[in-house]
Amino acid sequence: MPLIQIRDVSKKYDVGRPALVGVNLDVDAGEALAVVGRSGSGKSTLLNLIAGLDKPSTGEVTVDGVRVDKMSEKASARYRRQRIGMVFQFFNLLDDLTVLDNVLLPAQLTGVARGQARQRALELLGSLGVDSHVNDFPGTLSGGERQRVAVARSLMNRPALLLADEPTGALDSASAADVRKLLVELNRSGQTILLVTHDRGLAESTASRTIELVDGEIASDVRAGVR
Amino acid sequence: MSALGKVVRAGVRRRRVQTVVMTLTTMLAVTATVLGVGLLVASHAPFDRAYAQQRGPHLAVQFDPAKATTAEVAATAHASGVTATAGPFTMLSIRPHAGDNSAGIGVGSTLAPMTIVGRADPQGPVDDLQITQGRWATGTGEIVLTSDNAPFDVGDKMTFPDVPGAPTLTVVGLARSVGKTSDAWVSPAQAAELNPSGTPAGYQMLYRFAQAGTDAEVSTDRAAILAVAPQGSAVGVASYLKLKLAAEKTSATFVPFVVAFGILSVSMSVLIISIVVSGAVTAATRRIGILKSVGFTPGQVVRAYVSQALIPGIVGTALGIVLGNVVAIPVMGEASNALGGAQTVLAPWVDVVVPAGVLLIVAVTALVPALRAGRLRTVDALVVGRTPAARRGRLVRRLLGRLPLPRPLSLGLADPFSRPVRAATIAAAVVLGTIGVTFGTGLAISLWDIQSDVNKRSPGQVVVQLNGAPAPPVPGGTTGPTKKADPATIEGLIKAQAGTRGYFSTEQTRLSVAGQAGQTDVILYQGDSSWGAYRVLNGSWFHGPGEAVAPSALLRAGGIHIGDTINLTNNGHSVPVRIVGEVFSLQQVILTDAGSLDGLDAYVLPESIQFNIDLKPGVDKQSYMDTLNVALSPYGVAAQPNGAQVSTVLVSMDSLAAMLTLMLVLVAGLGVLNTVVLDTRERAHDIGIFKALGMSPRQTIAMVLTSVAFTGLVAGAAGVPIGIFLHGYVVPVMGTAAGTTVPPADIAVYHQAVVIPLLLGGLVIAMAGALLPAGWAAKTRTAVTLRSE
Repeated sequence: MPLIQIRDVSKKYDVGRPALVGVNLDVDAGEALAVVGRSGSGKSTLLNLIAGLDKPSTGEVTVDGVRVDKMSEKASARYRRQRIGMVFQFFNLLDDLTVLDNVLLPAQLTGVARGQARQRALELLGSLGVDSHVNDFPGTLSGGERQRVAVARSLMNRPALLLADEPTGALDSASAADVRKLLVELNRSGQTILLVTHDRGLAESTASRTIELVDGEIASDVRAGVR
Repeated sequence: MSALGKVVRAGVRRRRVQTVVMTLTTMLAVTATVLGVGLLVASHAPFDRAYAQQRGPHLAVQFDPAKATTAEVAATAHASGVTATAGPFTMLSIRPHAGDNSAGIGVGSTLAPMTIVGRADPQGPVDDLQITQGRWATGTGEIVLTSDNAPFDVGDKMTFPDVPGAPTLTVVGLARSVGKTSDAWVSPAQAAELNPSGTPAGYQMLYRFAQAGTDAEVSTDRAAILAVAPQGSAVGVASYLKLKLAAEKTSATFVPFVVAFGILSVSMSVLIISIVVSGAVTAATRRIGILKSVGFTPGQVVRAYVSQALIPGIVGTALGIVLGNVVAIPVMGEASNALGGAQTVLAPWVDVVVPAGVLLIVAVTALVPALRAGRLRTVDALVVGRTPAARRGRLVRRLLGRLPLPRPLSLGLADPFSRPVRAATIAAAVVLGTIGVTFGTGLAISLWDIQSDVNKRSPGQVVVQLNGAPAPPVPGGTTGPTKKADPATIEGLIKAQAGTRGYFSTEQTRLSVAGQAGQTDVILYQGDSSWGAYRVLNGSWFHGPGEAVAPSALLRAGGIHIGDTINLTNNGHSVPVRIVGEVFSLQQVILTDAGSLDGLDAYVLPESIQFNIDLKPGVDKQSYMDTLNVALSPYGVAAQPNGAQVSTVLVSMDSLAAMLTLMLVLVAGLGVLNTVVLDTRERAHDIGIFKALGMSPRQTIAMVLTSVAFTGLVAGAAGVPIGIFLHGYVVPVMGTAAGTTVPPADIAVYHQAVVIPLLLGGLVIAMAGALLPAGWAAKTRTAVTLRSE
């Protein structure tokens, strides 16, 4: 069974044209899917629906066997904690928490013992090469380092799916390349990744499959081997 | 619409929650201020205002019908200095009996003699009567009683068996006379029926004068009346100054309390409005940066933000004035009772000055941050909100993160340290609210305790009055009195009654105290009264003949100290009694053992003889009374339950305190709510991150509530001692105004069981205020909050 199953999903906001129209999509475990498209094409809406941050107007969203579109707020919070990791364009690190405390957050919200969580956080920070900054505040880190910390935080609870929303959008080219490499390594290690980007270069270098959204509809769906 | 107008309109619409909160806060603050200022004004010279309003008589003169005709009495209206008169009215003094009534007074019971005035109209140039219940007596068979201590209610009946035809009158109304000119009023026709001889007890004439502010002026006025009246016809002249003295004593008792609440209300309102308005403008700093970046001048920015604050401010003020005036009706009614029955209304100028003042505060508090924002460099203003001043409190946040607490709680606890100014505003609101609650609660308990102490003048569960209500028919008893009720016999019956644990009798006389002017009431005790002693403030209760106790005011007025011996005098004979204690009483009496007056032959008021009985534990009061009444019935007396008396003034004060406390708490809660709304709005992005990472709605609510919990707890802990201090200052001042020392036990009311909930009160106010924004934070869609700036 695919890790992500999207069936006839449409999303209409109060004003304007629909953000998504009748989208159907299956993503298998271990895939690295890139969603590309222009601004306003529905990329972020699709990501929000998969993350349980928003609900479709019609259709079904199933992730890891769970109907995300039917969830209560509480269940959706639990779902995000346990099954989803998220990386954002502007990192979304909490400026008044240290790097370590930022990474610990998902585990702490789940109720994992601090010692156990700390060990996992340090391992992740070490593997991502930012362990020298554990006690620093995010504001003192470079963009690339901040995104590495954000990735570490997203992987804290060993999510089935990593969602990345324009992860290199706020980075210089060196840092962007660094993050791109990191995502490829993660996918190689078996991590399913859904990447939303308008950067076709990032999509091509990172994803095993790319779909393009145009006006809320899937215009193309291309696998890397076919490219 | 100009660009500025569009910006203002958009600003008000965009931040709907904040606009609504600001409107609500201003509304409640204005309501509280209207009440606070209204009460402060009302507490100033309430008697003079009420007396002038009701055209109370400066002099009420009773003329002897044998010495002056009604025409001669009416002619006194032309005396020098008289500005208005009412009368002459027929004045009767009759002893009525109780008819069918709802007061539980036995039908046929003899009531105290009553002054009844025949008056056609309650209104008039002098002594404008205020009908408090029912209507005026217009025909025969009707009577209106004074609302002060009226024994009956509207619909009850009174009979006059001593008058030919034994008429029965129905109480059709209760009326308040500021001059207390009569106990009751009937129509002139009814007055004639009650006075078949045609010669009334007197003619009543009421006067107002141009000058009547001092004793000397009233004496001059009095002399002017007597000069034009037939020689010796004025048999009674009552000056309003005596009433004024008594009323001012009552109002003075409550002025400290009313002033304390008034000041708290006004301070709270100013604080909350400042918090709300300045918070709202400060929160909009980034938007100000955007406006400046598109070309708005600093002056336009300032005008835009002051206008944005003034719009909800004006709406809130208008609503607050309406609400304040509506709430003022019951509050001022309670204040009227508290201030000695003076009719208290909201001064009209309060409705003008308060809104003007509030809007000025709104404008000034908006102006200061708007000016600051207007002067900010555009680039700096633009980054406000994106880069919160999060450097503060990082250490505390780290330390709290290491505590074995759920993470949402430790995050919430750290919040006040990151935003100390905002935490301080919450703290200030909670402190004021807690002061109000602490003070109000303590006051209510003190008043209740004082009432209990006052009630000690008649202790025990059962009383028997020798000349009180006649005994009702008792199964197994006799019909009507057949034997004379002498105290010794009644005492014997009480003593013999199973279930009696203790008893004593009291009787009242009036004696002179050597060296003191006038006469003093003396209450004489027979039997062991130690179980029913008054609250002793200093010294001890008397132990036997030769010893006496007295209340603070009497001791102070006479310069008497504990241990002094005073001589009680009657008809040239004196007996010495030693003052052994100072007791709490609002009456001017000396209390002593009846044996102290042996040989003095003092005249005891027959209706004052009363037995107070204490029952053994477990004895059923009703069964005891039923059995005792069988034994008492031949003597025409009855045992009655000794109900605890509750002063209407104290009840009024308690109600007033409760209403004002509630108002303060509401305003404090709104202050917290507004601050937390601003805080959660500013932190919306952070909250979005938390939620994206899996923070559940419950965890979000817990985090927001915890963010105010610590501040609430600390502020509560700070407010409680201030409230206790305020109470400790105000209650003794109230006592001093009433001419007594308040028992220390009635001031020391903040026991552990009271203080602990009060300490938690700050927490409750803070949490209650934060509950709504916490709920909003939990419900806000994460995708939306993540996009928030």
